Amino acid sequence: MLKPIVNALLVATMAALVLGGCGKHDGASSNIIKIGSVSPLTGPQAHLGKDNENGARLAVDEINAAGLTLGGKKMHIDLLSEDDQADPKTATTVAQKLVDSGVVGVIGHLNSGSTIPASTIYHAAGIPQISPSATAIAYTAQGYNTAFRVMTNDEQQGHVLGQYAVNKLGAKKIAVIDDRTAYGQGLADEFAKAAEAAGAKIVAREYTTDRSTDFMSILTSIKSKSPDLVFFAGMDPQAGPMARQMRQLGLKTQLLGGDGMQTPEFIKLAGADAEGAIASNPGLTLDSMPGGKAFKEKFTARFGPIQNYAPYAYDAVYVMVEAMKRADSSDPAKYLPELAKTDYQGVTGKIRFDSKGDVSGGAVTLYQVKNGAWHPLETVFNGK
Amino acid sequence: MDIFVQQLINGLVLGSVYALVALGYTMVYGILELINFAHGEVTMIGAMVALSVISALVGSGVELPGVVIALLGLLAAIPACMALGFTIERLAYRPLRNAPRLAPLITAIGVSIVLQNLAMLIWGRQYISFPPILPQGRHQLLGASITDVQIVILITSVVLMLGLTILVKRTRLGRAMRATAQSPQLAGLMGVNANTVISLTFVMGSALAAVAGVMVSAYYGLAHYYMGFLLGLKAFSAAVLGGIGNLAGAMLGGLLLGVIESLGAGYIGDFTGGFLGSNYQDVFAFFVLILVLVFRPSGLLGERVGERA
Amino acid sequence: MPRSKRQVWLTFIALGMMLALLPFAVDFGLGRSWLRIMDLALLYVMLALGLNIVVGYAGLLDLGYIAFYAVGAYCYALLASPQFGLHLPFWAVLPIGAAVAGLFGVLLGAPTLRLRGDYLAIVTLGFGEIIRIFLNNLNAPVNITNGPQGINQIDPVSLWGVSLGKTHQLFGITLSAPHQYYFLFLLLTLLVVFVSLRLQDSRIGRAWAAIREDEVAAEAMGINVRNIKLLAFAMGATFGGLAGGLFAGFQGFISPESFNLMESIMILCMIVLGGMGNIPGVILGALLLTVLPEALRYTGNLQRAWLGHVVIDPSDLRMLLFGMALILVMLFRPAGLLPSRQRKRELVAKGDVAVQEQASVYDAKR
Repeated sequence: MLKPIVNALLVATMAALVLGGCGKHDGASSNIIKIGSVSPLTGPQAHLGKDNENGARLAVDEINAAGLTLGGKKMHIDLLSEDDQADPKTATTVAQKLVDSGVVGVIGHLNSGSTIPASTIYHAAGIPQISPSATAIAYTAQGYNTAFRVMTNDEQQGHVLGQYAVNKLGAKKIAVIDDRTAYGQGLADEFAKAAEAAGAKIVAREYTTDRSTDFMSILTSIKSKSPDLVFFAGMDPQAGPMARQMRQLGLKTQLLGGDGMQTPEFIKLAGADAEGAIASNPGLTLDSMPGGKAFKEKFTARFGPIQNYAPYAYDAVYVMVEAMKRADSSDPAKYLPELAKTDYQGVTGKIRFDSKGDVSGGAVTLYQVKNGAWHPLETVFNGK
Repeated sequence: MDIFVQQLINGLVLGSVYALVALGYTMVYGILELINFAHGEVTMIGAMVALSVISALVGSGVELPGVVIALLGLLAAIPACMALGFTIERLAYRPLRNAPRLAPLITAIGVSIVLQNLAMLIWGRQYISFPPILPQGRHQLLGASITDVQIVILITSVVLMLGLTILVKRTRLGRAMRATAQSPQLAGLMGVNANTVISLTFVMGSALAAVAGVMVSAYYGLAHYYMGFLLGLKAFSAAVLGGIGNLAGAMLGGLLLGVIESLGAGYIGDFTGGFLGSNYQDVFAFFVLILVLVFRPSGLLGERVGERA
Repeated sequence: MPRSKRQVWLTFIALGMMLALLPFAVDFGLGRSWLRIMDLALLYVMLALGLNIVVGYAGLLDLGYIAFYAVGAYCYALLASPQFGLHLPFWAVLPIGAAVAGLFGVLLGAPTLRLRGDYLAIVTLGFGEIIRIFLNNLNAPVNITNGPQGINQIDPVSLWGVSLGKTHQLFGITLSAPHQYYFLFLLLTLLVVFVSLRLQDSRIGRAWAAIREDEVAAEAMGINVRNIKLLAFAMGATFGGLAGGLFAGFQGFISPESFNLMESIMILCMIVLGGMGNIPGVILGALLLTVLPEALRYTGNLQRAWLGHVVIDPSDLRMLLFGMALILVMLFRPAGLLPSRQRKRELVAKGDVAVQEQASVYDAKR
């Protein structure tokens, strides 16, 4: 009975040693800089994950084409992309894999739930990590000097949205829906806090999941409470059908959402029912930024429409490489201090980090759907 | 009151979709005692194929009424799913007919993963939207509102369910199916070709799945390669609730599950004085399911099957 | 199969040495990430062996097994993290987690005693989802589980004042955190294997086999079906809880998304694929299904080597190949890769008669 196990182990040991012999020694060539990109590339959020990877890839290819010289040597950046399946356990495995293969920095992960456990591994290895999309407050609250993000956190964005709903949209009775993900729940709670502080009443708190498409019953409940604003904290695959179903139920209330909803995908899925919906996204409008329009054109030509966070992943790569340039080294220990001092004009806005690694200032722009496209309404500065 | 009626309508529409998918599970189970885990994915493929055809037609600028375009999409999806169902049975289940009971369950899970990822390769990772070609009318009913699409879903489901019942109860093929379900050996002795009957069962179940897939994507306005998993799970629960293997049970189970979910999400907060909210919608649904099974261990309409080792 | 005592001892010693050297070989050869994968694989071996008691021994199809893993993990996390400011020692936390999970096992078992086969499957599935949904939502009105945000900064496992989360030197050998966890997990896995082995041929094990084969006959033979079923649920759940606690300590962060239905299904796949009821088979299944998805990440390199360039993105291909592997293994080895001797016998014996019967039946044309 033991025989097969012994044999299997023997084979495994041999394989490990043999494979190791041929796989180990490619980190030595010193004109290659390896940067990791991690996001879910399979599963329900794969479209967002691929978008992040594409954003990072565009930046890397541009930098390579323009030529990067560090320490007098011409460098080439290799982007190693991994799939974390939005699963915390896989995220740590993948993080370790990237650390093993000698990356000097990581762009990722997409979800807070996988970003947080992975950040422990990057921190232990001293490798800087910039998340283009994780918003949970806990990520940068761990005290890791290697953890950064170019996205506003839940508190910053929820605060802006809550105040905007009450002060600008004049909402008095608000219904809040979240998708019970770390993102949705975090944003909804911060929104509710800010809205109540500004004097509104939360008349309904409903929930869905990040896989649902049927919101008829929660919307019916909400309708019975007759709110004058519905706030949804979640992603576009839910927001789109939700807007449709609101119309089907004759619920003509203003729909407000966060960055998960401020996408072309939302308009595509909601169709005509998207008209009038308002949602926020951190930073400034792409079109108003130097290089923003060019980025959009280049990206769309190569990968198709931007899903959501590609510009942030794009900026994250530049922020990282700029820090390397200032330090004149791709050694994490050398460029990490420079990264913390970042002051970079990206396509999503001005990027500076506070002491925790969050974007400071945290400008948030509000957009509204008019004639089938998102149009900026206004940008709110100093979100905190 | 109008809120209650609205929740009931919401639940019935949702439930009739569950019921259509549940029929596919229950038909296969009735004959093979196999949980065809890949059935949800067949529904997804149906939606994807139909949407491809519909988008192509809309994109080509053909001047056709929206309903006709949607029907053409459906007509493409049905044979595609039938072929798929036939192939799945041939490749993944038939070779395992005499294998231990759990082996085909694992191949079913494998087929489900393969179909999901194939769909991802073909149609991409994005959500695909259903073009706005269908009438968007909205009507008042007892103080609640109901849309054209909802009415179509309700009517189609009822018609298909009735048709299937007649087929199983009244036709020669139906008799062969029931005989095979009772005992493939004996049915064989009576001149029934069990293999053909089983293939036909898969093909019919898949056709229903195609219809359900198209209805779901038309109703919610989208399709995605991952949509089959949750739908399949819900439909499977519905089939068990009604008594798996029993056609009427699948219909009842589907409708009931839809209504339970809808009322659960709508009223759970009131029941519990605000302690639990709509986040416990699924808990409520599963709780009802467990409660039913504790008192009726073979589902609502399932007969008590004796020990079949 | 008579074997001399010496041979057995030699095999054991060889096995022990290989298991002790394996992490170093893997760390040197394949890198630290593979060592982490091995740690996780050992956790899955424990989980699979636990589920094997319920499904393989007692024949109760359980699709919500991950719930017990979750219960164990959350027990550990709540008692040893800043969440409640509690930092109980490992030796207190782990047994508590395992015991609570066992209790949940009985809780699940009690209402399902009358259910059979697929009805049991759906109820256990529902139970698993209910646990997950509660974990995901118990952040309000009272914050217990921190909801979808998960629990962070869980204390690493600490034994006799030595924290396994840090690198240590021992006899001049550097032991990183994954190395240390490997040895801890290995010891506990061996314990689970030992218990499983002893259970298999015990009075209880035979009772499980009896109710698996024929519940009515078993009852007629004087077996207390209720107690023996509950015991199977409780034992299986305890192992799950044990693995869960270890997972929480190892990972340092847990959130409800780690405990979804797909995980339950994967563990079931492990035992069926490996060979239900047969311990080496179950171990093999668990190792294979943990390692395979990770190994398939390297298809990009393979494509580059064989075809010159990457034709299909590895991330597009990975799960597709995984699904195909599941199908192919089951088609060619329907009883699993290493089926239990008894099951193999049954299958073959039944096969002969059944194949004849079937052949005559299915060939009968109208």
